[in-house]
Amino acid sequence: MKRFFTSNRDLTQRLGFSLLTLMTLLTVIPIIGVVIYILVQGAPAISWEFITGFPRSGMRAGGILPAIIGTFYLTLGTAIFSVPLGVAAAVYLSEYAPENRLTRLIRLAIINLAGIPSVVYGLFGLGLFVLFLKFGTSVLSASLTLSIMTLPVIISTAEEALRAVPQSFRTVSISLGATRWQTIRRIVLPQALPGILTGVILGLERAAGETAPILFTGAAFFLPRLPNSPFDATMALPYHLFVISTQVPEMPIQIQYGTALVLLTFVLGMNLIATYVRSRARAKRQW
Amino acid sequence: MNKIAIEDLNLQYADGTESLNGINLEVPANAITVLFGPAGGGKSSLLRCINRLNDLAEVKKMTGRILLDGGNILDQKTDVIALRRKVGMVFARPVVLPMSIRQNLTYGLELAGEKHKSRLDEAVERSLKQAALWEEVHDRLDEAAIALSGGQQQRLCLARVLALRPEVILLDEPTSGLDPISTGKVEASLQELKKNYTVILVPHSVQQAARTADHAAFFLQGKLVEYAPGTEIFTNPQDQRTEDYVTGRFG
Amino acid sequence: MKKSLTWQEYVITRLIKVSGYSAIVFVALIFFFLLREGLPTLGEVSLGDLFSIRWYPIEDYFGILPLLTGSLIVTVGAGLIAVPFGIGTAIYIAEIAPRWARNILKPLVELLGGLPSVVLGFLGILVLSPILRQWLDLPTGLTAFTGSLLLGGIAIPTVVSIAEDALDAVPKAYRDAALALGATHWQTIWRVTLPAARSGVLTAVMLGVGRAIGETMTVMMVTGNAPVMALTPGSLFSPVRTMTATIAAEMGEVANGSVHYHVLFFIGMVLFLISLGVNVAASTVVFRQKKRAERILS
Repeated sequence: MKRFFTSNRDLTQRLGFSLLTLMTLLTVIPIIGVVIYILVQGAPAISWEFITGFPRSGMRAGGILPAIIGTFYLTLGTAIFSVPLGVAAAVYLSEYAPENRLTRLIRLAIINLAGIPSVVYGLFGLGLFVLFLKFGTSVLSASLTLSIMTLPVIISTAEEALRAVPQSFRTVSISLGATRWQTIRRIVLPQALPGILTGVILGLERAAGETAPILFTGAAFFLPRLPNSPFDATMALPYHLFVISTQVPEMPIQIQYGTALVLLTFVLGMNLIATYVRSRARAKRQW
Repeated sequence: MNKIAIEDLNLQYADGTESLNGINLEVPANAITVLFGPAGGGKSSLLRCINRLNDLAEVKKMTGRILLDGGNILDQKTDVIALRRKVGMVFARPVVLPMSIRQNLTYGLELAGEKHKSRLDEAVERSLKQAALWEEVHDRLDEAAIALSGGQQQRLCLARVLALRPEVILLDEPTSGLDPISTGKVEASLQELKKNYTVILVPHSVQQAARTADHAAFFLQGKLVEYAPGTEIFTNPQDQRTEDYVTGRFG
Repeated sequence: MKKSLTWQEYVITRLIKVSGYSAIVFVALIFFFLLREGLPTLGEVSLGDLFSIRWYPIEDYFGILPLLTGSLIVTVGAGLIAVPFGIGTAIYIAEIAPRWARNILKPLVELLGGLPSVVLGFLGILVLSPILRQWLDLPTGLTAFTGSLLLGGIAIPTVVSIAEDALDAVPKAYRDAALALGATHWQTIWRVTLPAARSGVLTAVMLGVGRAIGETMTVMMVTGNAPVMALTPGSLFSPVRTMTATIAAEMGEVANGSVHYHVLFFIGMVLFLISLGVNVAASTVVFRQKKRAERILS
């Protein structure tokens, strides 16, 4: 009788574990599938001309250089605004903020920023940067919009990295006559740097792949040149992929896959860098 | 001559832990004063008042005065940074900063604005010698401090404090994690140091207290029970509670 | 020199503090601009018209009900996929997977979170929808169901990472105690670990669903863009139009300050309020849990 129960329980466990394993595989395999499929389908389209050329024949031929450069500019612009602000906010939350109602409100605001739909950011960017501040549909407006969207990712990962630095380092530094800011600048920030960097890259990765926030703030349908100033509109990889896969009839499928591959490489490349930074920092860490 | 005078000090933390009640204590210069007693008695809290490290904790209430050379350091107008350079502290767990041995030693001086390499080098050598570490590390000053053994790390922490030429050295169970040989080295350094510094030590055992104390104060549940020269308190304690603790009946 | 240092420090500390408050400022700014551009709707379109079932802006029909139901049906579908698969994967990663598998699976799921939604929409059009059209014998593969499948995938990483954190945070002592009492590994997960992590798992579900409601590009590309009422389960297999897709698709073509423009901002306001509600609810769950833990510990 006892044996029977034991084996029954074992059976349940085996079934349960199999089910969970199956679910995990069903989650994970499509991810690998997507990446491999785009790699295989897109690779034939990749050529020197495709990467460095301008679109021709109504985007049905030629290259995607303006979209690549545009995404690069947007990512850079996003970094310029969101990194200093995000890291400073993280420093505030981790090193200065008292545990009070205001701080809870800040945290709630960050959670909310993270949850706001990307297209709503687009509306906000249109209302504030494009129309109210009169930046027009431009690299500047789009970068600012993406920056605010990226902010919560950077703040929360940077704060986590700062908090991971042992409290004892701070105490010792203060006891040796350091001010709070000296402690942060000389000990805490350098130690948290890899973690902050990882968060920054992950945040920018998301910004680079976004379409909805730049739809009405800076993305150009077709622009046969590179933007000359921050007040120019720009092509961008994700928006370009959207355009050529839905808006342009008789679009050669190879160019579509090629564009998807370049976008994926851009984004996943950043992801790999972030993973590398993180694992190297873990190995080198002295605490 | 008294270096520090603590007058009617009361302290209560916001989270309700360990506190101090009506402490009066005079700490003589050029001697080792030991604060001992069971855990939670307020010894560490008192140490952290003397260099205002308690500013980092959430203190609910603090009254009384701590006079250092006659000036009240608890006063709002005290230059805390200057105070902490004058009153150094060594913690229970050796915490070396994540940098080289040399950088650990020059950290405090550089913060104070010292830029001359010769003076920094001089301070490195002097402080390492005072902490009896020079022989072991002088040829690898630029290696990561974390690579040192636990005992060496703790002596580095002591040297780091000495590099600043403080007047008072606070030690909070500095040998609690060390082997007997390292402990011996630290204790020997302290005997040497008291000639020039005022040393306040929270020992990690009654034995250590008895070995090192010129003066000893027995703390119990936030109160100072008895304060006497070391030769007396461990051989002929006046208070029953002190006697019970010293003879090992509790704690 | 001492003086300039403290002056510098004062300025830097101020800047850091201001940055700290920036998140509040931005949420307020976003809400303000949505109100500013969205509220005029209420003066231009009667509530009856706004909450009607016909969305046809060219002829001034601004009924947002089809868009609401469109978002609802796609999101429910996505939730039905993301919740079980997300939690299942989280349990597998946190409780069952050997260390090496965990080290592969976690970055992989993160990778899914990083895939641009436009890429998924692109594959949805070219690969998934033809397959679904054939298998399910539908007139078109661009349906709410296609959107749900992809959105489910997009929401999974959110669910997995938060749920996994919550499971990870359950003290090991709980598990050891259960195992010591003779429970199997499976029983321990099911009766001890999962219940102990339930508030975190609930947060994961809410934020995952919140992510799905707000997703734009994928749904715009694969759900067929037909603003019709989606009330029956059958409409899962027909084209729909979500709120997000409507804004994205139409904002580019409207004149600034027109009624249509204001209505699109109004929809944005509704989306903002939904995400606000979801996130406030999710974080109060977390706060409450924390408070309880504090009470027990003190």
